Amino acid sequence: MRKSKHIQVENLSKIYRVADKKPGLKGTFSHFFNRSTNNVEAVKGVNFSIEAGEIVGFLGANGAGKTTILKMLCGLIHPTNGYINVAGFSPQRRQNAFLKEITLVMGQKQQLIWDLPPMDSFQVNAAVYGILEMESKNIIFELAEMLDIGNELYRPVRKLSLGQRMKAELLASLIHSPSVLFLDEPTLGLDVNAQSRVRGFLTEYNKRTNATILLTSHYMADITTLCPRILCVHEGQIIYDGDLDSLSSRLNPNKKIIFEVRSDVSKESFSKYGKIQEINKGFISLLVSRNKVNFIVNQLLSDFEIVDLEIKDPPIDELIGDIFSNGKVL
Amino acid sequence: MKRYLLSLRLFWTTALSAQLEYRFNFLIELIAMLGTLLGSVFILSLFFSHGNKIGDWTWEAALVVQGVYTLLDGITNTFLKPNLSEIVNYVREGTLDFVLLKPIDSQFWLSTRTISPSGLPEICLGFSLIIWSSNRVSNGIHFDHIAIFIISLFCAIIILYSFWFLIASTTIWFVKTWNATEVLRAVLASGRYPVAAYPPSLRLFFTLVLPVAFLTTVPAQMILGNINLLKLFTSLLFSIIFFNLSRYFWKFALRFYTSASS
Repeated sequence: MRKSKHIQVENLSKIYRVADKKPGLKGTFSHFFNRSTNNVEAVKGVNFSIEAGEIVGFLGANGAGKTTILKMLCGLIHPTNGYINVAGFSPQRRQNAFLKEITLVMGQKQQLIWDLPPMDSFQVNAAVYGILEMESKNIIFELAEMLDIGNELYRPVRKLSLGQRMKAELLASLIHSPSVLFLDEPTLGLDVNAQSRVRGFLTEYNKRTNATILLTSHYMADITTLCPRILCVHEGQIIYDGDLDSLSSRLNPNKKIIFEVRSDVSKESFSKYGKIQEINKGFISLLVSRNKVNFIVNQLLSDFEIVDLEIKDPPIDELIGDIFSNGKVL
Repeated sequence: MKRYLLSLRLFWTTALSAQLEYRFNFLIELIAMLGTLLGSVFILSLFFSHGNKIGDWTWEAALVVQGVYTLLDGITNTFLKPNLSEIVNYVREGTLDFVLLKPIDSQFWLSTRTISPSGLPEICLGFSLIIWSSNRVSNGIHFDHIAIFIISLFCAIIILYSFWFLIASTTIWFVKTWNATEVLRAVLASGRYPVAAYPPSLRLFFTLVLPVAFLTTVPAQMILGNINLLKLFTSLLFSIIFFNLSRYFWKFALRFYTSASS
């Protein structure tokens, strides 16, 4: 187990200068000769801290500022204002000791050498990180086993499937056993099976090494399976920091009870239990306040002859969608 | 240091293996290399056919300058061009992120990551030409001349590299700097001839503003035995200044790096 390290961010902000161009030839000329720039505040006074070993998901619409925050944490982008401490270092100084502690995986960019087998890229990375040949081989084979790749290590990268390539990218970024992993959409474009294998690997890696993982993803399944804690970013600000369950209970105070009764019962007889969403022959769906769910289910079971019963949360995707369109958590 | 040497070995072996992966392309490259070589020989034959003097340089002495130029061009094609012309792609595609997150000097990575054998014949031709023509001018080559020549040649390479890297660094702001690099290459091509071949105003420009004179003319003078310690010292000073400038400027430029959007 590693010693407790964490990420501390205080009052972080980033202002970009962006050049705007009007459409058409006229716009092009005026853009060429007289470039007008605007200041865009991509991140506005963000605060949070993360304990060692935590897996935290960044949620946000496109352009919300997730990637900018992630890149400031890696030290790739200099913040305009604020304080960052990652694993005891100030990221923007990019000291070697800091760089050996972190890694960045980007789903849409690759570092593997396109024309050579992944093994060659791994060796280059191992040399750059100053890892001895024997040690690097052990690490590579251990990670390869966890990721379930074998022969693919010796096949040119261009001949690998997207899923195999992503696994190899992960391996290339973990060769130096970093303690903080920044993952920017690591499952982008992967099929459902490949996504779940990558998720399984990340969970296992976190368990084995106690590495801190920060993740952005557009796939809700990534967030729900991997991240006990989420940070919602909206227009450069953090509008929610906490666990997924309490977010969904705050967003939606109701649960859905779906059940099937043996005999046909009239609609009116259910209205006293909750809000009726749908009645279709014997199938009934009711919306019930969260804190009354147990009581209502007991009553239903005693009052009717129930064949099947299920309690559901409203789909999380819809709830998150609501946050981004409203810009706040209720 | 050992880590850097080991990294360099792997950089170059992987670069060569990646090129050998496409056998047909490699063959074409070999043919293109021969083409370049024949082109250089043809230009030399033009020199031979005239045989007149350039400034106070006999054509044989001028041939040494041509030899140094060919050698530098070969070094450019083998070591500098494949790396420095790629910097713009690193910035445009955002893969510079990966380089900046490695515990290795990013300038070292960007300047040495790959290698192309396409300039090797020119390097050989350049060397042979320098030895052959300087031998004809001064009837035998002195060891101390060669030693001083190697120092000034090393300075020339550093000056050329630093200048190119400086221009490539501006990619951080302007993203596309291919044009600027092409202009630089065209200006350096003027180093084919002794600086004395140009009118006085251009001579001054090539010595003080763009140090073309220190790239080809000065090393040629050294091997021909016209050793001028002031020139050698200036050459050393220029290389140290330009190299440090390139390092400082790269670090300065990185502060403005915003990384490509995802």
